[in-house]
Amino acid sequence: MDTVTLFLQLFGTFFLIGAFTIGGGYAMLSLIQGEVVTAHHWITESTFTDIVAISQMTPGPIGINTATYVGYDVVAQATGSHFLGVCGSLTATLALVIPSFILVLLIVRFYTKFRSSVLFEGVMGWLRPAVVGLIGAAAVILIVRTTWCQGVPTFTVVEENFPDWKSWVLLAAAFAASYWGKVNPILVIVAGAVLGLLIY
Amino acid sequence: MDKKNVPLWQIFAVFARIGAFTIGGGYAMIPIIQNEMSRRGWISEEELPDIVALSQSAPGVMAVNISIFAGYRLRGVKGSIAATLGSITPSFCIILAIAMLFTSFKDNPWVIKAFKGIRPVVISLIAVPMVDMARKCCKSWWAWALAIGALLLVAFLNVSPIYIILCVLVVAFGYTYYKEKWTR
Repeated sequence: MDTVTLFLQLFGTFFLIGAFTIGGGYAMLSLIQGEVVTAHHWITESTFTDIVAISQMTPGPIGINTATYVGYDVVAQATGSHFLGVCGSLTATLALVIPSFILVLLIVRFYTKFRSSVLFEGVMGWLRPAVVGLIGAAAVILIVRTTWCQGVPTFTVVEENFPDWKSWVLLAAAFAASYWGKVNPILVIVAGAVLGLLIY
Repeated sequence: MDKKNVPLWQIFAVFARIGAFTIGGGYAMIPIIQNEMSRRGWISEEELPDIVALSQSAPGVMAVNISIFAGYRLRGVKGSIAATLGSITPSFCIILAIAMLFTSFKDNPWVIKAFKGIRPVVISLIAVPMVDMARKCCKSWWAWALAIGALLLVAFLNVSPIYIILCVLVVAFGYTYYKEKWTR
């Protein structure tokens, strides 16, 4: 694909993600996955999982980190140039931020009116449960791949993320540690890496 | 301190420091922002909850929204640009370095093993905040229906999450608007 088109697509995609993410970083993961993995096939499910892991361990918002990584990776893969990769990274990151910029500056003007409005609270009451579903879907997509053939779905486990029974044990252990044990996410990831080195 | 006199480079530097030390998303940023900004007298204690509430409700990355809003309070649009660039610069540089190096590390057997252990763990780390959120905001049957419906559409029918948000926004807006008009 020609490079200019790729840059335009990158900008447009992350601009949309920035404009339509309501409900925090995990909701943004769902939108990034939907566009970058499912719609454009720029990266695979397992690369996406790796990027999420890296984002959790490094400073900064997860949405920005993912945009920076994907922007570089997609363009560097397509063109083979580090410099263009850096430009891709800048494009994706700025595209993600620009809608917030416009909207926050608009909201600031109508701030008090906006916050107390019944309309706003009503809309958020609908949006929050939907965001829960979107985050759930982000997790499900990293576990199960669905392919449709003549109206019949086939479900296959994402092999790159779950190669054997040990990975299911890791999933369950990490959930327990994080949910009931309230263990810091960074520690959970480090533990996952150490266990990976030991058992594989 | 007169807010008008805060130099732009200082806004950039303070937000770069906040960005560099925030691991784990927007909420982890709040105490750091509070500390850095009230110490300098840039915002009052009462202003912070407002900034957070607004940043949560605006679309996009919450940490960036906080920077835009706080920067705007200090020096208007210029201040918000300085704050935003400041807060994203550290993570941008770190991730870019990782992205450039990761391609050459990816095939190292140790890295492969470590990431084999990391991947299932990451999925749990996405699931946990979802369960927490579900317990907080799914309190009626229709909220559950909405959540499960969105999950099924996105996970199994490959519907883009953007359409889901767009549809929910339109329907919720229309419903709330007419309900308000009716009861008035």
